[in-house]
Amino acid sequence: MIKSKDVLLKIRDLKIQGYSDETWVDIIKGVDLTLHRGEVMGLIGESGAGKSTIGAACMGYARDGTRISNGSIEFDGMELTTASESERRMLRGSRIAYVAQSAAASFNPAHKIIDQHTEAPLQYRLKKRLEAQEDAMDLYERLRLPNPKEIGFRYPHQVSGGQLQRAMTAMAMSCRPDLIIFDEPTTALDVTTQIEVLAAIRDIVDQFNTAAIYITHDLAVVAQMADTIKVLLKGREVEEAPTKQMLDNPQEEYTKSLWAVRSFQSPQRHRPKDGVPLISVRNVDASYTGGAKVLDDVSFDIYEGMTVAVVGESGSGKSTTARVITGLLPPSKGEVLFKGKPFPPSYKDRTKDQLRQCQMIYQMADTALNPKVRISEIIGRPAAFYSGLKGVALKNRVDELLDLIELEPSKYYNRYPPELSGGQKQRIGIARALAAEPTFIVCDEVTSALDQLVAEGILRLLDRLQNELGLAYMFITHDLATVRSIADEVVVMQHGKVVEQGPKDEMFTPPHHPYTDLLLSSVPEMDPNWLTTLLEERGVDNVGDAAAARIDPNDPKLSDANA
Amino acid sequence: MGDILGLVVKRLGLGLIILLVISVIIFFMVELLPGDIAQAVLGQGATPENLAALRKEMGLDQPALVRYLHWLAGAVTLDFGNSIVTGASVAETIGERFANTLFLAAYAAAIAVPISIVLGVLVALLRNSIFDRVANVATLTSISSPEFFLGYILILYLAVKTGMFPAIASLSNDMSFGDLLYRTFLPALTLVLVVTAHMMRMTRAAIINLLASPYIEMARLKGAPPWKVIVKHALPNAWAPIINVVALNLAYLITGVVLVEVVFVYPGIGQALVDAVSKRDFPVVQACCLIFAATFILLNLAADVGSILTNPRLRHPK
Repeated sequence: MIKSKDVLLKIRDLKIQGYSDETWVDIIKGVDLTLHRGEVMGLIGESGAGKSTIGAACMGYARDGTRISNGSIEFDGMELTTASESERRMLRGSRIAYVAQSAAASFNPAHKIIDQHTEAPLQYRLKKRLEAQEDAMDLYERLRLPNPKEIGFRYPHQVSGGQLQRAMTAMAMSCRPDLIIFDEPTTALDVTTQIEVLAAIRDIVDQFNTAAIYITHDLAVVAQMADTIKVLLKGREVEEAPTKQMLDNPQEEYTKSLWAVRSFQSPQRHRPKDGVPLISVRNVDASYTGGAKVLDDVSFDIYEGMTVAVVGESGSGKSTTARVITGLLPPSKGEVLFKGKPFPPSYKDRTKDQLRQCQMIYQMADTALNPKVRISEIIGRPAAFYSGLKGVALKNRVDELLDLIELEPSKYYNRYPPELSGGQKQRIGIARALAAEPTFIVCDEVTSALDQLVAEGILRLLDRLQNELGLAYMFITHDLATVRSIADEVVVMQHGKVVEQGPKDEMFTPPHHPYTDLLLSSVPEMDPNWLTTLLEERGVDNVGDAAAARIDPNDPKLSDANA
Repeated sequence: MGDILGLVVKRLGLGLIILLVISVIIFFMVELLPGDIAQAVLGQGATPENLAALRKEMGLDQPALVRYLHWLAGAVTLDFGNSIVTGASVAETIGERFANTLFLAAYAAAIAVPISIVLGVLVALLRNSIFDRVANVATLTSISSPEFFLGYILILYLAVKTGMFPAIASLSNDMSFGDLLYRTFLPALTLVLVVTAHMMRMTRAAIINLLASPYIEMARLKGAPPWKVIVKHALPNAWAPIINVVALNLAYLITGVVLVEVVFVYPGIGQALVDAVSKRDFPVVQACCLIFAATFILLNLAADVGSILTNPRLRHPK
């Protein structure tokens, strides 16, 4: 591919301040960036690195509560920091477009997709309404959306997440911009859907030779998309290099540590030869009030001290299974056994001792901890409730728990959740679950909201606790890298059914159930040619939903898997 | 659309049940009022025989439950019995007054609702500007002043000092519509001043609440000018809370206007209610209360339906 060497965007010594605690603090501390026409640059880093803030600044836009305090942003010869607001506005949508993380939240629910698509071309008087609509349909077709002639006339909530994300990419293309900012466009999607979107984005950016800034925290994704990669840390640049060079030969320690994240692996345990499973889910059907069946004949066992990873896409029934086990959602059929004895279906009918056995850790530690309650009370309450501890004994127990999760008791005892970082909050969530002295903990996507380094810390902690306390985990996740590092056994779910289950080593060696195969092969790899190779193998029209739909329900392996 | 119809029918049924409960409360609350109605009607000099005769005539000698059922049966057919004081049919007496109240409420709403929504959009657009602050202070001042005080101020300046409008909103049957609007302008303006602040501030809050949404940022990053961001992208998603506040204020315009009616001597239902209470004319009191309750229920139903109709997720199911 030939790319002209004109500089399109030149950022020099950019500083952006954010308003917090009644003062302005630097969040971007002097970043330089040079982007040529047709070039795709990946911006990667952990949350708080300032990726999105820089992305918005490329459009001359400062989010509410931030301001561009220093530096220059030159777009195609025009200095954005000194331009008037209306001059900057004239660039947005027409010459620089934006694709947001969650298309479902970023499309206005009140208007049809195509009306939102044509808004910018109509406003800039580039096209008449009908022309703009024709063009939208053409773009939908190029992005391989189903029913390109008709899909735009639906409302956003009537279209699936992956399709919306492609429609948003089409919308960004509506004025044929010179530059598109992709702000984590696939982070909210399932792996199988992610491929469709990645392929579509890469394709269209190539077709129109559009320059792009691709913001993500996922290294494997950026490896597929970008020509060059810039690594950011806490508002500063760590290093920048062409993709291949960056992957093969990172220079800085921080970059190396990012690359090394997926190294943690806990040794795989095996089921005891004869023994009663700690938790046994037997032929469970479940549905929410008046709704269709969410779980269909789900059965699996979890043995003491072992980790069972439950994987599947969103909507496959992973969390519902957890709700059935903990008694939050009584099953409509089937039962849950605890050490061979039936567990009452509703938590209301369980004894205190039965309740203490099953605890839960949630995905969003932010919302799972009451921000107005001290750490000592958050952890102390279950300790007092289940073990009847009071006074000094209770305080000692809380200190012990804080020690267990590697937070210094004296420092954290009296603090409130908002004062803690994401990883620390998740540790508090773990301590709260441990306070009940359970034998079994449901971990519901506990690392998916965390940065990779922090997530790895949490995984190591959970692994250590498991060894020390003999805990069993049900680990709900859609991230197969996490499964690889922590699971002993794997249960794969699709549409409320268990499609395959078994020990981890078997699950990761072929032959697989076709759905497992699809999931595994959809996880991006660091190899920059991974997406190209995959698309060649499968064909562009056979990824994501399309591939999932092609799985033959009469495949003999379907019945084998449950046998 | 069938879903919405089903919902309306369900809500109407629920409203009827609520109305029934309220009718019980109203009837027995009036029953609890101290004193004897027959005594009140006949005065101190009445003989025990006269009192007994009147009680029998009014059915007061029967148990309360029987009288309630009798009253309810009548109320269903809009027959609320006869006034104790004048002997005239209650439905006829308050029917005309209720129509007057509805007219005044509609008049005030026709001015207040568009003004408050337009103002609300404007202050949301120009938030934290001088205009926003002035509009806030002005409307808050008018909402925090008692309405009779506002009424008298308006009378003082617009009627007494300048003579632009009549101070008394007396009505007659042969008035032209223009004349009617002219004569009732001051009470309507008073009501407008009272309800505007609430609706305007809700419109502002509902819009500003949405400005942090990702789709608003998307609209800005598509280059939409600020007015378009507010009017096209925020407002269509803000209707539900706005409609609810409008309905609440419409209900107030119908049921809460007693003071304004008294100040402007306007022959509305509020005045009828006050007169009836002081004269212990309990059939009229009961009928007024029931009408007010029905008004509240109907307006809230309308607000719910309105909220649904403005929500594309419910209007266009998957």
